[in-house]
Amino acid sequence: MAYGQKVIDHYEKPRNVGNFGTTQEVKTRKDVGVGLVGAPECGDVMQLQIKVDEATGKIEDAKFKCFGCGSAIASSSLATEWLKGRSLEEGLAIKNTEIVEELSLPPVKIHCSVLAEDAIRAAIADYKQKNGLN
Amino acid sequence: MRLSASGLEQTVMSLKLPMYMDHAATTPCDPRVVEAMLPYFTETFGNPGSRNHAFGWKAEEAVDKARRQVADLIGADRKEIIFTSGSTESNNLAIKGAAEMYEVAPAGSGKCRGHIITGNIEHKAVLDPCKRLEKEGFEVTYLEPGRDGIFTREMVEGALREDTILVTLMWANNEIGTINEIPQIGELCHDKGIIFHTDATQWVGKMPTDVNADNVDLLSLSGHKMYGPKGVGALYVRRRRPRVRLVPILEGGGQERGYRSGTLNVTGIVGLGAAAEIALKEMDAERERLLKLRNKIETAITERLDTTQVNGHAQKRLAHLTNISFGFVEGESLMMACKDIAMSSGSACTSASLEPSYVLKGLGIGDDLAHSSLRLSLGRWTTEEEVDYAIENICTAVEKLRQLSPLYDMHKEGIDITKIEWQAH
Repeated sequence: MAYGQKVIDHYEKPRNVGNFGTTQEVKTRKDVGVGLVGAPECGDVMQLQIKVDEATGKIEDAKFKCFGCGSAIASSSLATEWLKGRSLEEGLAIKNTEIVEELSLPPVKIHCSVLAEDAIRAAIADYKQKNGLN
Repeated sequence: MRLSASGLEQTVMSLKLPMYMDHAATTPCDPRVVEAMLPYFTETFGNPGSRNHAFGWKAEEAVDKARRQVADLIGADRKEIIFTSGSTESNNLAIKGAAEMYEVAPAGSGKCRGHIITGNIEHKAVLDPCKRLEKEGFEVTYLEPGRDGIFTREMVEGALREDTILVTLMWANNEIGTINEIPQIGELCHDKGIIFHTDATQWVGKMPTDVNADNVDLLSLSGHKMYGPKGVGALYVRRRRPRVRLVPILEGGGQERGYRSGTLNVTGIVGLGAAAEIALKEMDAERERLLKLRNKIETAITERLDTTQVNGHAQKRLAHLTNISFGFVEGESLMMACKDIAMSSGSACTSASLEPSYVLKGLGIGDDLAHSSLRLSLGRWTTEEEVDYAIENICTAVEKLRQLSPLYDMHKEGIDITKIEWQAH
């Protein structure tokens, strides 16, 4: 698979790798929303975590980890960059098609961008649920 | 990616990158093979079918020599060698040709035309002809190997039926290198009067082969897997005890005893012959050399990295090939991190179908580990320096990608990832 320059850049220098604690710790942190999507048997799993500033309601930090191909890693890395500084509603507005466009993903890799959008939605939903915002 | 080991940087100075570790996919032509072929493009260009002039005679002479060279490699008589365009064609001719010749009921009769036994981790060039025959009235049993990837005589024996007409099993598997019990299965087939075909594409030229002692009736081989040219191969067709007959696929001028019409690919055939002669002479020493290098890779990687497994039987494997699964790391991204090493992966992301390797799945290896696999296959010009570079590069890449892997975190936290309810997508 010959990738575009932006995928390779994110793959080689992934942004915001990490988490805000162990699996158990983030479960109980109310300021953190966790999205875990995909499946090992499908070859990609994305974990996206957002940390929300209670006062402003904005996403002050985002971290990811990813088991997957180069474009899955790039999609989740890009998602963390885009999430920082946004409100929850603005975060939900991110569409997979924008990720496809930004990274010039080939058609066979579009599912990676869909997974990234799913991860964003799951992380925001988790935060909202923990804080009774639904 | 940055490679940390200082020794590695020194090694790189003397290495030509990218390096080739995908010899099970194809091999470069040996320069000696190319040299043997060259005169047949421009000087000795005749058609071996031209019986009335020197151009034809010389071409025929060259083909005869190659036929003997190929026959010698597998212990056959030269009259038993049919030249083809490669193993895919050889497999098609053997399987479809034998099925049609030995059918027990005619097409359209509504009865089973005959029973065929094969394995579920065969190459597609065997599986797809079998599937075609199923549509045309034959019945096929797809044996499942054990977790070691090996097919045994007992497995075949357990699947035999009154109307079994053909058994087709590969000699060595192309993805994991496992070696099946070919002589024993052949013996069983001969006892029962069943035709036995083996796709020996990965085997021939690397391991000693004797079609008589090994009880093989039909054997497919390919030039480009043994340092010969692409687009040429052969099918061995037994002529005595039993005399095997086939219904041809290609019809026309009646070349190759009517089994394979079409003007002979003289240059390619000369190349295949030369490659066969070199392989016969050098295979024993080469196998020893590659086995040491292959074992070095497996030992170094499994000692340095946890949750890593070598796929297939530990001993009954080809010497030059290894297939390793790296838990919690996806194969395509691993290959991206090792972009200077040409190799293969069982990951879905590297295939057009987006399905992980059916061979690894066939061994009962989970999809997650199939996605995480690399196949390295060494060859005639692989050096120890290259092997050292590959070990370092792969280990560093796995370590880097595990830092990125949420699954590896969970593993370290003691969470069983098989117990999580994943959302398949």
